[in-house]
Amino acid sequence: MDATSNSAIDYGASLGPNPDETVYGGLSRRQMLQFCAGIATTMGLSSAAGVRMAEAAIAPARPPVIWLHGQECTGCTESLLRSYHPTLESILLDVISLDYHDTLCIGAGKQALDYKHAMMEKNKGKYVLVTEGGTPMKDGGIYCKVGGKTQVELVREAAEGAAAVIAIGSCASWGGIQSADPNPTGAVGTQTVIPGKLVINIPGCPPNPYNFLSTVLYLLTFGRPPELDQQNRPKFAYGRLIHENCERRPHFDAGRFALEFGDEGHRQGFCLYKIGCKGPETYANCPSIGFGDVGFGSWPVGTGHPCFGCVEKETAFRKPLHALSTVKTLTPPTAFPQVDAEKGQGISAGAAAAVGVVGGIVVGAGAMLLKQMGEDKKSAPDSTKERT
Amino acid sequence: MTDVDRRDFLIGAGFATAGTAVPTEASAIARPPKEMPPQAVGMLYDSTLCIGCKACVAACKAANNMPADIPEHLSGWNEGTWDSAEDLSGRTLNVIKVYRNGTVEQKDRETDGYAFVKRHCLHCVDPSCVSVCPVSAMRKDPTTGIVTYNADACIGCRYCVYGCPFGVPQFDLNNPFGKIAKCQFCSHLQKDGKVPACCDVCPTGASLFGTVKDLEQEAARRLAAPAGTPYQFPRGRLGDNRPPNVATIPSYTKGIYGEHEAGGTQVRYLAGVPFPKLGLPTVGPQSPASLAEGVQHTIYHWLIAPLVAFVGLAFLTRRNAPRADADDTPKSRGGRS
Amino acid sequence: MSIAAPLRRNLITPTTLVLAALAVIGFFFIGVRLIYGLGAVTNLNSGYSWGIWVAIDIFIGTALGCGGFSMAILVYIFNRGEYHPLVRPALLGGLFGYTLGGMAAFTDLGRYWQAYNILLPWYWQPNSVMFEIALCLLAYTGVAWIEFAPVFLERWRFPAIKRFLDRWMFVFIALGVLLPLMHQSSFGSAVLVMGTKLSPLWFTVWLPLLFVVSAILMGYGVVMFEATVVANSFGLPSEHALISKLSRVVGWVTVGWLVIRWADLLDRGVVSLAFAGDLKSWTFWIENALFVGAAVVYLTPAGRASQRASFLGAVALLAAGALYRLDALIIGLRPVGNWIYFPSLPELMVTIGIIALEILLYLVFIKMFAVLPVVEASSPRPADRRLP
Repeated sequence: MDATSNSAIDYGASLGPNPDETVYGGLSRRQMLQFCAGIATTMGLSSAAGVRMAEAAIAPARPPVIWLHGQECTGCTESLLRSYHPTLESILLDVISLDYHDTLCIGAGKQALDYKHAMMEKNKGKYVLVTEGGTPMKDGGIYCKVGGKTQVELVREAAEGAAAVIAIGSCASWGGIQSADPNPTGAVGTQTVIPGKLVINIPGCPPNPYNFLSTVLYLLTFGRPPELDQQNRPKFAYGRLIHENCERRPHFDAGRFALEFGDEGHRQGFCLYKIGCKGPETYANCPSIGFGDVGFGSWPVGTGHPCFGCVEKETAFRKPLHALSTVKTLTPPTAFPQVDAEKGQGISAGAAAAVGVVGGIVVGAGAMLLKQMGEDKKSAPDSTKERT
Repeated sequence: MTDVDRRDFLIGAGFATAGTAVPTEASAIARPPKEMPPQAVGMLYDSTLCIGCKACVAACKAANNMPADIPEHLSGWNEGTWDSAEDLSGRTLNVIKVYRNGTVEQKDRETDGYAFVKRHCLHCVDPSCVSVCPVSAMRKDPTTGIVTYNADACIGCRYCVYGCPFGVPQFDLNNPFGKIAKCQFCSHLQKDGKVPACCDVCPTGASLFGTVKDLEQEAARRLAAPAGTPYQFPRGRLGDNRPPNVATIPSYTKGIYGEHEAGGTQVRYLAGVPFPKLGLPTVGPQSPASLAEGVQHTIYHWLIAPLVAFVGLAFLTRRNAPRADADDTPKSRGGRS
Repeated sequence: MSIAAPLRRNLITPTTLVLAALAVIGFFFIGVRLIYGLGAVTNLNSGYSWGIWVAIDIFIGTALGCGGFSMAILVYIFNRGEYHPLVRPALLGGLFGYTLGGMAAFTDLGRYWQAYNILLPWYWQPNSVMFEIALCLLAYTGVAWIEFAPVFLERWRFPAIKRFLDRWMFVFIALGVLLPLMHQSSFGSAVLVMGTKLSPLWFTVWLPLLFVVSAILMGYGVVMFEATVVANSFGLPSEHALISKLSRVVGWVTVGWLVIRWADLLDRGVVSLAFAGDLKSWTFWIENALFVGAAVVYLTPAGRASQRASFLGAVALLAAGALYRLDALIIGLRPVGNWIYFPSLPELMVTIGIIALEILLYLVFIKMFAVLPVVEASSPRPADRRLP
């Protein structure tokens, strides 16, 4: 993260002479900087990083992006459509060059595919490949074909010339809903299709668009992915359990649970663990940033439905919605009493003193008595002899 | 003996020692242990299912109207709203504690692991507290076996605290009008057919209520199944139709705690780490009450021995008293001064 | 009839003033206990629910009060009339040992305002050892006062009562021998319920026998101690010859006690615990050493002949019995959970205050009533010593 600590970048100076002049497709420089600063904050980076992101984002040469769709519902794209800062059109028109996108491109048919190939050739080694949706591998991958080619072929072809690969959504990350048992099509995530190349996974069903956008901007700014976990998911978004961030956690801790939809506890907003919330075993940032920019609590649990663990391969579409989740307690909190804690009061200074004084008096009196007995014996032997 | 009537003495002494034959073997003198009541209710606490959420602690407090327990060293920031009980006390009838070892990485593992344990009254089959209470303040229900406490009878002698092999009853020493605090198995809820609060609220079924017979079988099933087997762990009351907790059988430590301890208890434990690690005391199978009562009854059976002894002593004293007192008068003491 | 007489000394002396002051301090803390609860004054906890108020004031205090009982056995059961002069002083010690022991019990009770429940038949629980102890202790305290009544009647005339007592005193004396046998052995039985909570060095099915025999030994120890101390302090002729005859019996009984104790320890195979090097093992050896020391003194002619040795032997016997009780009730405990206990300063002051009151009342009574045996005017007397 050394790029972020470059103090030579001065936010104020970078505003430039005319910060409010509308320059970038509806955004002023100031607005652009604010957007990037926001993104930087989401990723836990400094405002200096935000400035660098802005610079990268408005660079004249907009990086090309090839976006492939496999077995998917287009929900991830829909999620992206609902981003507000910036709007999707700002991104498409000003930030990146979306050279190919199955849903959003204007052309269709052979024309569109030819354009795709041309762009891939032209920008070989420089474009970002985004995959949305799973890739079926069974029976040679015939269960998903676009333009006569299987998705497997398309992904491999596109990945060859890609500078970076991002898998958006659970389907692209690990297979998604079509990979649920018995997985008749052999659906897998993108990484399984192209094992040799790093695929950044942004799981979710759908993922929060800002998780995706932040990752893209980071990539563009610093030329490398943000810190990733073992499943290649950015840690800023997928590093903590939902259970650790959830606003209903105090209810869990105090034993207040909703037992049924609509009951008293449910109406009070109690913890949904007992009706199957998978928050305790799911790593995501949904409680922190919500969805749709409509305010606090705009995520499933916030609206009263248990989380089903959409980002996790072992959980989503595998564990029943209302089955209890495994609580991944990392370690018990330090406030727990230990079984072997030492308890009770030991000897105090006062008590020790009292015992000492009393002991001293007793011993002293005894010694005096003994001494007197010795004298007595010497001085009055006759009186003792008189006894029988 | 000087000029005592030797025969008189032997008669009297014989009476005095008649009933005091001392036993030779501990088990021989213990009275038979009490039997489990026919409709005994109990609890099965499975430490491997417990997630340490402490919902049971909160529910117990609410069900029994107990105040918050705030330890001294936390009272600086705790303004009385946050119950953080560290142990059973005059205000806490049920507590969850944790066993930690090394790096504390894995739940229910003895080395470098952690595990939770729930502590409260075990409702023994042959309770020491019931046996030792001089005023019948502790009482075991003859049908359900629940051990209850009656503060109106209690004199606060704390013999029950002293005698309980599991360290359960707590006297509220900080209250000048204190009383004994002990889990009473929510008998006030059970009489309305409800489930004890801790079992009712437990999200994972770690605290399971039911008849002791049924719970014995449930525990046996869990221990018999190989680790990793998918299992439906019942929640609330065994036999109710609550949705179970679907999980897998863990690797249990052998044995059920409470099956034989102190003559058997109605609250039993299963765990993934050895029971002593959880702070559960190692108690032999003999109920302490059976030994203590056995000795006491042998000595005092129907007060025969004391009465016999009294007759003998009175006889001897009557005989000797005039002589003893007369020995004191100046003329009989001869040259003594 | 006895030739006892009140001791002509001032009631108010430095010693009695100090004792009175200590008693007042003790009662102050009893007052605090009544207002603020046991926790405010003591260091009692659930691991050690019986502290020094039970162990010292009740268990040891009443054992020290067994002087009257031991003398009654000797004089009225074994018909050793020549020991009669020692009966009254011993009875007096017993009187206060039991009365104040009972008072200490009342102070220690958590719900003392309901203490009368023990007398209500519908609350009786005869299986409880404490039930027997409580009623027996109450009964014996009453009997002790009745046994001592003739002393009061010598000072205040109530002919009707005197006649009744003259006729029926033998019943009370018999009770005065029976009741302590019962409750002192029950003190031992009371510990039986501890089971594994008491170290095997002390826990045994023979506890009742060991307790009652050590109580008898402590009774004789007290008599020998009191006789020696009082004679020396007040310049009275020593009763040493009388005592030395008694000491041989005491010596053999002490040996018998040790034999039972050690035979039981060896039979249960727990002697290895005595070499553990912890506090329990240290007090165990000190306890045994004190018993052995007393036995050695009383079984050797030189020991019996020497007043000093006899005195030390008596002290050793008392200390041994006291330590045995302290061990069986507090030091030998292995509570559930990691508890420690040492009395607090106020707790100690209450015990010290009660003991001071016992000594004070003893001194007052021997000066006000005909308790101590006195010499006849004609025989010479050793010079008066410092007045206690």
